Amino acid sequence: MSLLPRSRAILILGRHPLGWLFSAPYLVFVLAIFAYPLVFAGYMSFHDYFFAAPGAQVERPFVGLANYVQLFSDPAVRRSFVNVAIFLVINVPLTVVISLLLATLLNQVTRFRTALRVAYYVPYVSASVAVVAVWLFLFSGTGLVNNVLGPLAPEPTWLINPHWAMPSIALFVTWKQMGVYILLYLAALQNVPRELYESAATDGASRIRSFWNVTVPGVRPATVLVLLLSTVVGSNLFTEPYLLTGGGGPNGASSSPVLIMYQQGIEQGKPGYAAAIGIVLVIGTLVIAALQNRFAGGKD
Amino acid sequence: MRRRTLKSFALLAALGLSLGGCSGGDGDKGSDAVTARGPITIWYSNNEAEVEWGKAMVSSWNAAHPDEEVTAQEIPAGKSSEEVIGAAITAGTAPCLVFNTAPAAVGQFQRQGGLVNLTSFGDGEAYISARTGAAADQYKAADGGFYQLPWKANPVMIFYNKDLFKKAGLDPEKPKLATYDEFLSTAKTLKRTGAAPYAIYPSPTSEFFQTQFDFIPLFSAASGGQQIVAEGKATIADQAGIDVGEFWKSIYSAGLAGKERYQGDSFADKKAAMAIVGPWAVSVYKGKVNWGAVPVPTKNGVPAAETYTFSDAKNVGLFTACKNQGTAWEVLKFATGPEQDGELLAKTGQMPLRENLQSEYPDYFAKNPAYKQFGDQASRTVEVPGGPHTVEMLQTLRDAYTKAVITGDGDVTEALKGAAEKINELAAQK
Repeated sequence: MSLLPRSRAILILGRHPLGWLFSAPYLVFVLAIFAYPLVFAGYMSFHDYFFAAPGAQVERPFVGLANYVQLFSDPAVRRSFVNVAIFLVINVPLTVVISLLLATLLNQVTRFRTALRVAYYVPYVSASVAVVAVWLFLFSGTGLVNNVLGPLAPEPTWLINPHWAMPSIALFVTWKQMGVYILLYLAALQNVPRELYESAATDGASRIRSFWNVTVPGVRPATVLVLLLSTVVGSNLFTEPYLLTGGGGPNGASSSPVLIMYQQGIEQGKPGYAAAIGIVLVIGTLVIAALQNRFAGGKD
Repeated sequence: MRRRTLKSFALLAALGLSLGGCSGGDGDKGSDAVTARGPITIWYSNNEAEVEWGKAMVSSWNAAHPDEEVTAQEIPAGKSSEEVIGAAITAGTAPCLVFNTAPAAVGQFQRQGGLVNLTSFGDGEAYISARTGAAADQYKAADGGFYQLPWKANPVMIFYNKDLFKKAGLDPEKPKLATYDEFLSTAKTLKRTGAAPYAIYPSPTSEFFQTQFDFIPLFSAASGGQQIVAEGKATIADQAGIDVGEFWKSIYSAGLAGKERYQGDSFADKKAAMAIVGPWAVSVYKGKVNWGAVPVPTKNGVPAAETYTFSDAKNVGLFTACKNQGTAWEVLKFATGPEQDGELLAKTGQMPLRENLQSEYPDYFAKNPAYKQFGDQASRTVEVPGGPHTVEMLQTLRDAYTKAVITGDGDVTEALKGAAEKINELAAQK
């Protein structure tokens, strides 16, 4: 039984074909910038791939799962995934909690509101190299933090201590990214109806109770967004281990999967292997994001 | 919902199928390009002195060759020059010549099909051999070709701050730094007297190239000029390598060298009384540090005239993306001829890789005695091993070194043996 031409067109293009035209620019953008590189990375990960000059006669043989087998047996790669997990466990909850609290406080401040909002946003828009230099100064052996801590300062000092290097980076990234998440929460807070706070107050709720029962549920969509964004940004950790701990040191204690991808794919000329690490990272991040959406997102 | 998912998968599958066409390519510019003449583009380093030399060289060429004009620019900014050049090769946008090609990256550029074998020019091999002599052999590829022209070296030596040595009660004119024991004793004195917070401060970070400025210079000296891979086998776990590793470990474990990344120049800032650098630093420290220089130490002391060190060379690559390779080759010979090498020496203080450097430029070395020992040292330099796995080999060595030597975690001999095994595997790969 064959479909009429109009029915077939509806089946393919939907009831409103003009929608394709309007969404085409974004669709092309997504396909070119996200989908194509992702699929290409998948293709690379199954080959002994390397970048070559146009016209160069090179062999890039299919290697099946060899790159994946190698990455799971490579202690440096395994360590980098553990490191990024440690990072996420510290960074994501800290980001959500502190940015929500600060946004709530900022929302109630009437004086210097703009100045304070800008102050929190400055680290985010500052060049990483400059900000890293400040943190190196603060957390060096003779830096301000150790001077304040005195005998309580860790030995070796923070960024060259295998136990403290990754938490230090997580703290740094939390501070650096905080501004953007505060802005997200500030925007969300504007959508929480005033009447709910007034009702809560009428019912005798304290400010803390009001925060738990009105603010937190009211900004839940923003919380899901912050969770997702901070997880994705954290999974792509590169600049900080590259600059702050000099290439993932000490002894790989602060290396990240993306740093290893850079070393393997760009420096050592093994982009096929780097692509396999990237695919595993994408899958891992998607799984975490799905769990976050499932448990924090609710049904709306 | 399911239909939308199916459509997405179909789209991704279509994308995937199209990728087969992305691999490799066909055709080769081949021999026509080798003889072609016309305008070309070149890149040079972005440091002030080399930019000055580069501009003058290009201006001189262009004045005499209006039909084969050279357009020059500094290497575009990136995390490293090698990364930028690698990307340019892949994109087919590499210039004709890059006057800042790191030997460690040449093997990869060659594997990418990005470099022209200079022996494909009629006088290619003869020109390189006549200019650089036997030292050029270190830059030969496994197939016998030259994919880089050995250009200039910055032979690494120990710089020391004479004022800080004097402050520590040490002889600033004849410092005792020839043997490991002497070096260690001098370093301890510098620290104990408070002359400087650290005796020396090689970068302790994990990047692969850092090994060229702590382990390799001393290994070159200790082994009498051996590369870290010789005849397909790693040499780093030989006695010379173990001695070097133990020496540096004793420096770190005594707190004589910093284990943290230093922001800035520890030598210029007087945080360290010594540094391990090449002659490029002479102009940098001029007026800031009252410096002297000696060869890198060896276990029992080797006369300066017999001490080897790491070259820290930068070479010139001629890239396959170049349409007028005939002109590029002529420019390359012009830029590395006696006149321009003399200009390079005068403007940058870096040592052209010429066989008889000191006798070719006697006036320069007479007027600039500070550079004389670097000119002498330039004839005894060691390069990193060639091939597509050089960076991976250096990273393997660096990882073992930072763990066992800098952090002091584990046995140096075992760490070097482990690294040597991995390097042997890499050396055995094509």
